[in-house]
Amino acid sequence: MTEHHIKLPEGSIEKTTTTLNLGPTHPATHGVFQNILELDGERIVSAEQTVGYIHRAFEKIAERRPLYQITPLTDRLNYCSSPINNMGWHLVCEKLLRIKTPKRVDYMRVIVMELARISDHLICNSVVGVDSGAFTGFLYVMQYRELIYEIYEEICGSRLTTNMGRIGGFERNFNQTVFEKLDKFLDEYPAVLKEFENLFNRNRIFMDRTIGTGGISAERALNYGFTGPNLRATGVDYDVRVHSPYSSYEDFDFEIPVGKTGDNYDRFLVRNQEMWQSLNIINQAYKKLKEFKGADAEVYHADVPEYYLPKKEDVYTKMEALIWHFKIVMGETEIPPGEVYHSVEGGNGELGFYLISDGGRSPYRLHFRRPCFIYYQAYSELTKGSMLSDAVLTMSSLNLIAGEMDA
Amino acid sequence: MDNALIRQRLQEKFGDSLLNVDEPYGMLTFEVPKDMNLKVLQFLYDDPELRFQFLTDLTAVHYPGQPGRELAVVYHLHNLVDNIRIRFKVFTSIEKPDVFTATQLYESANWMERETYDFFGINFVGHPNLRRILNVDEMTYFPMRKEFPLEDQSRIDKDDEMFGRG
Repeated sequence: MTEHHIKLPEGSIEKTTTTLNLGPTHPATHGVFQNILELDGERIVSAEQTVGYIHRAFEKIAERRPLYQITPLTDRLNYCSSPINNMGWHLVCEKLLRIKTPKRVDYMRVIVMELARISDHLICNSVVGVDSGAFTGFLYVMQYRELIYEIYEEICGSRLTTNMGRIGGFERNFNQTVFEKLDKFLDEYPAVLKEFENLFNRNRIFMDRTIGTGGISAERALNYGFTGPNLRATGVDYDVRVHSPYSSYEDFDFEIPVGKTGDNYDRFLVRNQEMWQSLNIINQAYKKLKEFKGADAEVYHADVPEYYLPKKEDVYTKMEALIWHFKIVMGETEIPPGEVYHSVEGGNGELGFYLISDGGRSPYRLHFRRPCFIYYQAYSELTKGSMLSDAVLTMSSLNLIAGEMDA
Repeated sequence: MDNALIRQRLQEKFGDSLLNVDEPYGMLTFEVPKDMNLKVLQFLYDDPELRFQFLTDLTAVHYPGQPGRELAVVYHLHNLVDNIRIRFKVFTSIEKPDVFTATQLYESANWMERETYDFFGINFVGHPNLRRILNVDEMTYFPMRKEFPLEDQSRIDKDDEMFGRG
C-alpha cells in the first residue's frame, strides 16, 4: 500500500489512474468526437474513442433521392475538401451510367480537386502547428485558403459545402475571374508554402514535439486500413490517383511523397510535399486547359440529356429540353441496374462509393468508405503510453473530420 | 494477374462453394456460403500469388425479397502489390444473422463490423466489442433495413397547409 497525502475513507476502492474526457466539445478535438482517456499522471494508459455525435444517416437518405440530390450530402462528409467528394460522387455515377466525359472536363475537375487537396492539407498542417504552440503559420496561410474558397465561389457560387458540378461535367464554364484568381494563386502560393515550411520544418520546438510521437509501422497501418497521407507517411506509396487513375490523372506527371516512421512529423512533411505536387498538377492541368481553342474551349460537360440539366433558355423555348428538365428535377429518371465501387483520393485517403442500383430512381444501397472512420480506430494504439499533450497533436495530425467519420 | 487467374485459383481451392461469379464493371464478384467467409479471407490473404491483404470496405445490404438470405455482407479486398480489387459476399438469414468476424485478420474490420451491426443487425460471431457505434446505445432496431422506409414524397394523407405546401 502506497502512502497518500489524502487519506481515503475506509473501504473506498483505490484507483490510481484518472479518467479524462477529451471531447466531444473540447477545443482541442477540432470536431465533435470523444476520447475517454485513462491517465496515469500525464501518461495515457488507454484511450477509448466514441464517434457518432453528428451521424446524419446519409446512406439512408440517399436511398430515397435521385442521383443529383445526393451531391449535397457528399459535401458534408469531409467538409474541408468538399469538391473532391462531389467529383468522386459524379465519377461513380458516370461509371454506373457509362458516361465518358470530355478531356477538358477532366482537366477542370483535376484543377478543382487539387485546389481542394491543398486547402485540406493546409488546414490540417496549420492546425498541427496551432496544437504545438505555433499560431502564426495558421493565420498566415488562412488567406490562401480564402483565395481557394473565392475560386470555388466563382465556379459554383458557394464556399464550404460546394455542391459543385453535375453528372457529366460542370454547371457552367470557368469564367475569366476564375482564371485571374487561379493565376494569382499559382503566382503567390509557392512563396507562402515555402515560408510556411521555413516556419516549421527545422523548428526545434516543433521537431521535438512531433518526431517520435504518434508513430505506426507500415504493416500495422495497412492492417488498420490506413490510406492517404497517413499511410504514405509510413512508407507505403499507395495513391488512388496513380493506382486506379480517374479523371485523366494518368496524363499528369507527379510524384507520391512518402515518409518513413509514420509519426506526426512525417505526416506533416508528407502533407506539405503533397501540396507541392498538387501545385505541380494544377500547373500542368492549367497548361493543358489553355491548349483548347475556339469551340473546344467552350466544352464543359458531356452530352447526357437524361442527367445533365438543359440550359434555362432552352427549357423555355424547346419542348425536349423542357421534358428533360422536368424529368431530372422531379427525379423521374430510371437508373440502370448495376453494382459499382469507385474511389477517389480524398484529402484523408481512399474515399470510396459503393453503389447498388436495382433499376429504380434512386440507389438501392449506397455506402461511403470514409477513410477517417477506418483509421481513427488506430488512435488508441497510436497514443498508448504517450503524453496527454502528444495525444492532442496526434489527433490533429491524423486529420480527423467528424463529418466524414459519422456520415 | 487478372480476374481469370484469381477465379481459377479460387475454383481450384473452393470448387462448388464458389457461387454467382460475375464481373460487374470489371470487378470480380462472387458469393460463398456464410460459414466459409473466414476460410476465403484467410486463403486470399495467405496465398503467395493472390495476396489480398488490404480490406478496403466491409458493409451489408438488405434484400427483403429473398427468404432465407435476406442480408448480404459485402467485402471489398485489394491486392496492393498487383493493384487489383475483388468483392465477395456472404448471405445470411435475417432470423439468425450470424457471420464470423474478420477482426482476427484485419484490425480495420473492427469498426466496420460494428457499423454493419449497428445498421443491419448482423451478429459478427467472435467480435471483441460488438456494440453500436454511430447510433445511440438505447436503439432497439436496425435502421438501414428496408422495413424502415423514409417518408414517401408523394403521400397525400398529410395536411399540406401545415407544411407550407397548400
